[in-house]
Amino acid sequence: MTTVITPDADAVPAASRPPGDRPRPPAPRRPATRRSSARRRRRALWWALLLAGPNVLLLLVFTYRPLVESFYLSTLQWNLGAPSARFVGLGNYVEWFAAPTTGRVVTTTVVFTVATVGGALVLGLGLALLLNRRLVGRTVARTVAFAPYVLSGFAVGILWLFIFDPRYGLLQELLGRVGLSSPAWYTERPWPLVMVIVVYLWKNLGYVALIYLAGLQSVPQDLRDAAALDGASPARTLRSVVLPLLTPTTFFLLVTMLLASLQSFDIIKAMTQGGPLGSTTTLMYSIYEEGFVNGRAGYASAVATILFVSLLVVTAVQLRYVQRKVHYA
Amino acid sequence: MTALTSQSPAAPPDAAPAVRRRRGRPQVGSHLTMLLATVVLGAPLVWMALASLKTSEELYRRPLQWLPGQVSFDNYAQAAATVPLGQLLANSVGLTVAGAGLKVLLGLCCAYALVFLDFPGKKVVFGIVIATLMIPPQITIIPNYTLVASLGWLNTYQGILVPGLASAFGTFLFRQHFLTLPRSILEAAELDGAGHWRKLWRFVVPMSAPTLAAVALVSVVAEWNDYLWPFLVVDDPAKMTLPVGLTLLQNIDGMTSWGVLLAATVVVTLPILLVFLVLQRRLVAGLTAGAVTG
Repeated sequence: MTTVITPDADAVPAASRPPGDRPRPPAPRRPATRRSSARRRRRALWWALLLAGPNVLLLLVFTYRPLVESFYLSTLQWNLGAPSARFVGLGNYVEWFAAPTTGRVVTTTVVFTVATVGGALVLGLGLALLLNRRLVGRTVARTVAFAPYVLSGFAVGILWLFIFDPRYGLLQELLGRVGLSSPAWYTERPWPLVMVIVVYLWKNLGYVALIYLAGLQSVPQDLRDAAALDGASPARTLRSVVLPLLTPTTFFLLVTMLLASLQSFDIIKAMTQGGPLGSTTTLMYSIYEEGFVNGRAGYASAVATILFVSLLVVTAVQLRYVQRKVHYA
Repeated sequence: MTALTSQSPAAPPDAAPAVRRRRGRPQVGSHLTMLLATVVLGAPLVWMALASLKTSEELYRRPLQWLPGQVSFDNYAQAAATVPLGQLLANSVGLTVAGAGLKVLLGLCCAYALVFLDFPGKKVVFGIVIATLMIPPQITIIPNYTLVASLGWLNTYQGILVPGLASAFGTFLFRQHFLTLPRSILEAAELDGAGHWRKLWRFVVPMSAPTLAAVALVSVVAEWNDYLWPFLVVDDPAKMTLPVGLTLLQNIDGMTSWGVLLAATVVVTLPILLVFLVLQRRLVAGLTAGAVTG
């Protein structure tokens, strides 16, 4: 098969060729190659603009511009949609730190985050260890466990609200069978927060288990066998062999689950709207509430900035201190 | 103990049985634990489906009635009478297909440029894309809301769609995959006179089917379930997506009619559940890809 090498200029679409840059008669060898490589470079730039341009432009307009603008808005006393605003400098931040609700919001956020991330990691690891055995029907179990992860958080919230219903819900029936009465899930602290945490765990457990399962596949079976032959109990093998080898997986999950948990919104919106009496209002939820319910866009931007900075700090701390403890097999 | 003794005659007489047997013993307990976990994790979805088919008299009966007496679709009919369920479904399908399709296209093209083109500022472009993964979209809602409002895009499809189109995750996954493609094939294609457009569609895309499927499915799930942004941008029921319509139904009906609310919940969750069940392997590959590459 003969390969036809087409002259470079012909491959350039006419539209992308600058005017006046018509193909010229063959010139001495050296300058020609240099010129054609310059032309090739220009052509690559055009293609780069065409192919990467739209994506980069959208990122700049809808991610980077708002990020910067958010810092600016946080220095204004400005109501959503109002024509005028007043510059208050760090006033919104001062107000946030002094606000009587701030302590409660921070506590709620910390409790929610620690419970959801910690709970998902522990339960997910347990589930993964279980599903890593050769059990009959483990594929079905894996599918069932993972399914909630792909479902709408809002829909899942509604569904669980029905299950928690203190009068007609499935849970009060089951609790009644074992002689317990249903707590006031909707109204009495701390039950609304517990309820939201349970649903979040249910939705994310399968994902954590699946990532851990993938990690477990990379733990060599002969290492476990060797530990067992040396007389290590299963618990000891887990603690001294399996868990250390899983630390890269744990680290990845810790970072991603923390980010996701701090940003969760739809389950809370569906189940409690941040209430009762603000007992399920997280930092994320308070951005929505201040910005869109109370219309205080400047103040909400300050809260958003605080959330962003705490995300950065948490991630940086993890990269700096936790990653050191990661063992790569 | 009986299991142990019945097992030993078949076991070969070397050191292995000790290990085997120890691992073999707790299997009954493991099976039971797994069964319990599966029932607990799966029950809410089954319960949702059952409840949506019950009459309200059956729903509020005490003690609880487990199965619907006879299958009734009244709840679905009433949900459709309260909110435009057909329109919501059409909106969700349309926005999901368009959103996921464009996202894949943008990511694909951007990754092609990052891997197969040499241009000044390539590193900067890659940096811009990767850093986006660290910026939570929730931070951007207020400035984006004001921009979309000033464009007159509130209560429009483009208002829901455009701000979330850019693809950082997809671009990243495509780039990782493209780096593994054999360069020789593309060089041969170039010698044969194939331009970039042709190389992208005739060579790179056909060699990237699993990654394409994974990115497309992850985008489909994300678009379908997306809540906060469409909830903020749209309050006209004709333009709502299904999860936002569910909010409307919750506000109208409150907690007084669980059957209707759950019927709508089934409509929101069932399509994506079916996609998941049919294309599980590809979807899971996409959703867990970050763990493998990261």
